[in-house]
Amino acid sequence: MTQNSWGGPRPGSGRKPLSSEPTVTLRVPVSHKETVVALVQRLKSSPGIRIPSWLEVHALAEQPPFLAIPLMSHSVRAGFPSPADDYIEKRIDLNEELIQHREATFFLRVRGHSMVGAGIDDGDELIVDRAISPAHGRIVVAVVDGELTVKRFFQREGVVKLVAESAEFADIEFKDGQEMVIWGVVTKVIKSV
Amino acid sequence: MTTFALVDGNNFYVSCERVFNPKLEGKPVVVLSNNDGCAVARSSEVKALGVKMGTPWFQMKDLARKHGIIALSSNYTLYADLSNRMMSVLRMFSPDQEVYSIDECFLKLDGFGFDLSAYGQTIRQRVHRWTGIPVCVGIGSSKTLAKLANHVAKKRPQWNGVCDLGALSESELNALMASLEVGEVWGVGRKIQEKLAAMRIHTVLDLKQSDAGRIRRSLSVVVERTVMELRGISCLALEEVAPAKQQIMCSRSFGAPVMLLTELCEAVTSHASRAAEKLRRQVSVAGAIHVFICTSPFREEDPQYSQGLTIPLPDPTSDTKKLVKAVLWGLKQIYRPGFRYAKAGVMLMDLSPVATQQNSLFAEEGADEESAHLMQTMDLINRKMGKDAVFIASAGVRKHWQMKSGNKSPCYTTNWGELAEVRC
Repeated sequence: MTQNSWGGPRPGSGRKPLSSEPTVTLRVPVSHKETVVALVQRLKSSPGIRIPSWLEVHALAEQPPFLAIPLMSHSVRAGFPSPADDYIEKRIDLNEELIQHREATFFLRVRGHSMVGAGIDDGDELIVDRAISPAHGRIVVAVVDGELTVKRFFQREGVVKLVAESAEFADIEFKDGQEMVIWGVVTKVIKSV
Repeated sequence: MTTFALVDGNNFYVSCERVFNPKLEGKPVVVLSNNDGCAVARSSEVKALGVKMGTPWFQMKDLARKHGIIALSSNYTLYADLSNRMMSVLRMFSPDQEVYSIDECFLKLDGFGFDLSAYGQTIRQRVHRWTGIPVCVGIGSSKTLAKLANHVAKKRPQWNGVCDLGALSESELNALMASLEVGEVWGVGRKIQEKLAAMRIHTVLDLKQSDAGRIRRSLSVVVERTVMELRGISCLALEEVAPAKQQIMCSRSFGAPVMLLTELCEAVTSHASRAAEKLRRQVSVAGAIHVFICTSPFREEDPQYSQGLTIPLPDPTSDTKKLVKAVLWGLKQIYRPGFRYAKAGVMLMDLSPVATQQNSLFAEEGADEESAHLMQTMDLINRKMGKDAVFIASAGVRKHWQMKSGNKSPCYTTNWGELAEVRC
């Protein structure tokens, strides 16, 4: 049977397609029509952009968002690698070097001259560790008459006293029944030179 | 069996002040709230004088003069630092910790299998030795029991600061519970206590031995759970990661009454900025913002006005500029001239994590990233250069309304210029 050339669809007739691919009809709020049209226009004009899913439409900014890339220790070259690369270490951190117990360490500022013999001067800062137990001979911060006081701790043959390191200052002795409160142990002195 | 410890700092704010100012030891000390309003911490000496929590300072001035009560402005910078130190020390004692508030945390001690009272004493001594903060330890097989044990350890000196309910026999425990008012139980407030009293439940023991089903029917499932917890059945688990806040509040009383809209604008801008910063720190966005202003209920001779307004945001945001814009609009709606305003505040609501946020399809493209970068930069500068190095200009430069803190101690541990001095 031969094909009748009359009737049926005529090629090239009807509304011209908007897109090279099949299309669908969508209902869009009137107020958003312009935006959708603009969006489709932009997609047409930059065919390189693909939308993986409609949720990510907002990511279609003029400029893509900044992407942080971890910095490598040195750039990759087809040559001799840096011989120092295996030896990279982090810089010295004074907190790590000077502080043994982070939670128990406090800084205090010195006022007075009774410890000059121990190298502690007016205006110096002290690093004080409360976690270290006070032992004979250590420099401590004690509570004397309600004030924080720095002295050397003496504890021998039943005698407990706080010793100054300057001839001009008397030692502070503690009798039986008198309570001495040691606030912390001095571990380092910071001074400006 | 589960075992919880509740460790709690004694008169925490007062204890923090005493660490660097030993002269305060043994003296009656109160710490006043922001703006030196009312007592938020009392030393045991002040409690003995009958001063209640929250008493306004002007109401206790006579008593203070008579007994030499020392009043200090609150120094939250100092308290937060010492709190962090205390919590880090406590973390050494258990793999599971829930920081419950600035001065208390739960530790899980399951299967530690040794003398827990002695362990509690070690905890207590270590925290005091390392940080200078005295604490009490309560131990029990549920959080509610641990909390109750802590109360006993604190109030009854014979326990020496540590109370392990697990070490008591059934009859000893019941005798102890019979001696405690039901209001001391965690979660039993005044209203619940009144309802329980009507059911003839007066002591902790009464509640423990009550009919749990009846409690649920006449009160709530929450109180029923408390009954189970008192019986040693743990119903409340440890919350190790604090859930992101569902609301962020930022409010302050003014140093002096404020009448002008411009000054209120400065205050709420400043509060909204602070709240927005907190919001960004927890990587969230707000869906609504609430603003409120009120006069002082303590100034009875003044005409009173108090009003608030919640402003929903078109797109959830953490952008200070957008939040400030919304809040200033809201403030203008609720402001009435002629009142002496004592307080203003801002609350961010309907918070959601940035990760789950769904942009409205037609939001202004690119604007969000730009604002996120701006906010990031602002936070970074303020973290590096100090608070308020960069701020929204409507927060005002002079800030007349800013709160009083007349007798604040130095920030001994966080500011190099304010280190405590040691006599030499």
